[in-house]
Amino acid sequence: MSDPKIDGFELKPGFRGMASDTGSDQTMFKGVHWGKAMMWIFLLSDTFVFSCFLIAYMKGRGSTPVEWPNPSEVFALEAFGVPVPLLLIALMTFVLITSSGTMALAVKYGYEKNRKMCGWLVLATAIGGLTFVGMQAYEWSKLIHEGVRPWENPFGAAQFGSFFFMITGFHGTHVSIGVIFLFIYAYKVFAGHYENGGKRGWFTTMKGDYVEIEILGLYWHFVDLVWVFIFAFFYLW
Amino acid sequence: MSDEYENKSGYQAQSSEALTGSAGSTPDMDYVRPAELPEQDLYHGHTFLTKWVFCQDAKVIGVQYFLTAVFTGIVGLILSWLMRLQLGFPGLAGFITAEHYYQFVTMHGMIMVVYFLTALFLGGFGNYLIPLMVGARDMVFPYVNMLSFWMFFVAVAILMASFFVPGGPTGAGWTLYPPQTILEGTPGSGMGILLMLISLALFVIGFTMGGLNYMITVLQARTRGMTLMRMPLTVWGIFTATVLAMLAFPALLVSAIMMTLDKVIGTSFFMPTILKAGEVLEYGGGSPILFQHLFWFFGHPEVYIVALPAFGIVSDLISVHARKNIFGYRMMVWAIVGIGALSFFVWAHHMYVSGMNPWFGFFFATTTLIIAVPTAMKVYNWILTLWRGNIRINTVMLWCLGFIVTFVNGGITGIFLGNVSVDVPLSDTYFVVAHFHMVMGIAPVMVIMGAVYHWFPLITGRLLNETLGKWHFWATFLGAYSIYFPMHYLGFIGVPRRYYEMYDSPYMTSAVGMNEFISLAAFLVGAAQFILIFNIIKTLKTGKPAPKNPWKANSLEWHTSTQPPEHGNFGERLPVVHRWPYDFSVPGAKDDFIPQTTPPSEVVHTKVEKT
Repeated sequence: MSDPKIDGFELKPGFRGMASDTGSDQTMFKGVHWGKAMMWIFLLSDTFVFSCFLIAYMKGRGSTPVEWPNPSEVFALEAFGVPVPLLLIALMTFVLITSSGTMALAVKYGYEKNRKMCGWLVLATAIGGLTFVGMQAYEWSKLIHEGVRPWENPFGAAQFGSFFFMITGFHGTHVSIGVIFLFIYAYKVFAGHYENGGKRGWFTTMKGDYVEIEILGLYWHFVDLVWVFIFAFFYLW
Repeated sequence: MSDEYENKSGYQAQSSEALTGSAGSTPDMDYVRPAELPEQDLYHGHTFLTKWVFCQDAKVIGVQYFLTAVFTGIVGLILSWLMRLQLGFPGLAGFITAEHYYQFVTMHGMIMVVYFLTALFLGGFGNYLIPLMVGARDMVFPYVNMLSFWMFFVAVAILMASFFVPGGPTGAGWTLYPPQTILEGTPGSGMGILLMLISLALFVIGFTMGGLNYMITVLQARTRGMTLMRMPLTVWGIFTATVLAMLAFPALLVSAIMMTLDKVIGTSFFMPTILKAGEVLEYGGGSPILFQHLFWFFGHPEVYIVALPAFGIVSDLISVHARKNIFGYRMMVWAIVGIGALSFFVWAHHMYVSGMNPWFGFFFATTTLIIAVPTAMKVYNWILTLWRGNIRINTVMLWCLGFIVTFVNGGITGIFLGNVSVDVPLSDTYFVVAHFHMVMGIAPVMVIMGAVYHWFPLITGRLLNETLGKWHFWATFLGAYSIYFPMHYLGFIGVPRRYYEMYDSPYMTSAVGMNEFISLAAFLVGAAQFILIFNIIKTLKTGKPAPKNPWKANSLEWHTSTQPPEHGNFGERLPVVHRWPYDFSVPGAKDDFIPQTTPPSEVVHTKVEKT
C-alpha cells in the first residue's frame, strides 16, 4: 500500500504529521476507511473487556483461600503413554498463530486484486480457526470428564473452573464469530463481490471493497493476540 | 484563539487563510481544501416501516432514542414519587412494603442513570446533533445505528418486563452489590436481577454500536473546513462522553456476565463463604470487593458520560443566548478532554467505606480533588461568557442559569465527599443523595430541558410557548432546590439513606417535618414536568411556526436546506465551514451573528478573529 495522497494535504511523518492531521478538517486519519477506523475503536473497547476479565481473574486467583491447581498437571495430555504438559495448548496456539499468518497474506493478495489467492487464504484462515475451536472443545470435554465444573473442580480452588470456562469461553465465542465471518467473506471474495467497484452489501447499501478483508483481518489478529495473553495467564502462571 | 497563538503553534493547516499558499492557486482567502471523500450513499426508506420504524436516518433514530428514554424517565419519576410518598408519610400508602420500597429505589436509580440520562444525551442528542453539527449527511454506519436503537429498545423492554415477573424487579440498590443482590431475602433476587443483568448487557452492546458511529462520524466524516477546533462544544462533549462510554461499559458488561454466572450456574466470582441461618451456602472463595471495583470503574466514568454532554450543550446554549462567544473555547475543549481522562482514575472514592489501604484512599482523594480543577475552569468560563453579554432572559437561558447554580452546589458537596475523612461519616447519609442528585440529576436535567426548548423549533418547526416554559422552569428549579437542599441538612444530622422508615429513631423529631416538606416538593416538581408535555402537545397542534434559525445561531444545524432538516441534512451541497460557531456580536458585522458557513471575504471589514 502506498501512502494515500489527499488533495491539498501533505502527509507529514512523525509527531508533526500527526499534529497536522489532527488539526485539519474532514478526517483525522487521512485516507483511512470508515470501517477500518471503526474496527480499531471497537477493538480498543474489546481490549477493555478482556482486560477486565483477566484482571478479575488475577484478583479472584489472589483472593481465594483454596490452593490453585497446577496448570502443567491439569492441562497435560497423554502422548505415547507419557503425560506431556501443555501439549494440546501448544498445538492450539500454533494453529491460531498460523491462521494469523494466512490472514495477513490474504490481505496482501486482496489489495493486489488477486481474487483466487485471497479467497483461498481466507478459507485457510477459517479452517485454522475452526480447528482451534475444535481443539478447544476437546480440551473442555476432557476437563469436564475429569470433573472440572464452573462451580467446582477436583484439583483445588473452585474459581479455577469458573474463570477458565468463562474466559476461554468468551474468547472461543470471539473465535467462532470470526470463523463464521471468515467463511462468509471467503464466499464473498470467490463470488467477486469486491471486484469491479464492488457489490452492495446485504443489509447496508455500502459498496464492497477489499478493505473489508483487512478489517476482518484486524479482528482476527486481535483475537489471536488476546489468546496469547490468555495462554500466558492460564497456562504459564 | 488569537493570532499570536496561531503563529506560535506553527500548525496552520486548520485555518482556511493559511492554506491559500499551500494550495498553490491564485490567492483566494475563501479557499477550503476540496473534499477528501466521495458523497455518502444513503438508503432512503420508502415504506412506513423503513421510514419511521427501522429507519436509518440518524435524526429519526435520535427522536426514537429520545422518546424511549423519556418514557423510561417517566417511569423513574413515578417511582421517585412512590419513594417520597413512603419517606414523607410512612404508612400512608399501605401497598408500599419495605420490599417494594427497595425495588423502587433500585429501579429509579438504574433507570435514571443508564436508561434515561445516558440514552437521552448520547442516543438522543448525539444522534440528532452530531451529523448536523459536523456537516455530515448522516452517521457513517446508518444500518448499525438503527440496530443500536432497537437493541436499546429491547433492553428497555426487558427492564420493564422485570416489573411483572414473579418476585418483581431487583431491590438490591442500583449498585447491585453482591453478595446480597443474588441471595434469597433480597427482593427480586430471582428473575428480577437476572432480567436486570441481561438488560444491562444488551444496553452495552447496543450502545457500542451507536458509540462507534458517533466517534467515527466526528473523527472521519466532518465537512470541508470543519476542523476539530471549529466543532461546537456540544459535539466535543458528546464525543468525549462516547469515548468514556466505550472504555467504561466493558467493565459493566464483564461484571454483569460474572454476576449472571454466579446467579445462574453457581460460580463464586463475587461470593464469599456465607453462613445463612446457621447453614453454609454453596458459595465460597469469591471477592465482593472485586465487583465494587468493576462496577465503579464503569460507574464513575458514567457520571461524566452524563455530565460532559451537558457541559457541551450548555456552553452552546449560553453562548447563543448571551450573544457572546464562549469564553476560552480551547480551554473548554481541553477541560472536557481532561475531565474525561481523569474520570478513569477516581473510581475508588465510591468505596472509602468498603475498607482499603489508607494510601489507596489518599491517592483517590487526590485524583478526585484534581478533577475539580478543570470542572471549576468550565464554571468560570460559563460565567465569563455571560459577563457583559447581551443576555436574553428566555426559557433556554433560565435553564442554563439554573444548571450553573445547581451544578456549582453539587460540585462543592462533591469536594466534601472526595476527602476520605469527610466522606466516612457522611457516607450512606442523605448528604450523598443530595450531592449526586444535584450534580448528576438536576443539573443535567436542566440542560436537557434547555436543549429541548432550544432545539424544538429545529426538530418540529414550531416554537414552544415561552410563558408555559417559564412556569415549567420556575416550578422545577425552586421545587428541585426545595427537595435537595434540605437533604444536605438531613445528611449532617445523620439520617441514613436507603432506609425504608425511620421508626422511633431520634432522627424522627427533626427530620420528620423536613421529610414531609421534601415529599410535597417532589410531588410538585414531578407534576411540573407535565407542563412541558402539555406545552409540546399544544405547540404541535396550535403553536406558531418557527422562523428559520429562530435563535440566530451560527452552528450548521440551523443552516440546513429545510427546517426541519430532511434526510441527507444539507440538500444538494454540503456546507463549507470557514469559522468556529461562536462569532456573535462581532464589531462591524451586519448581524450580531456570523454563521459558520460565511466565507471570510464577506466579513473582511469586521473585527472577526481567525478561528
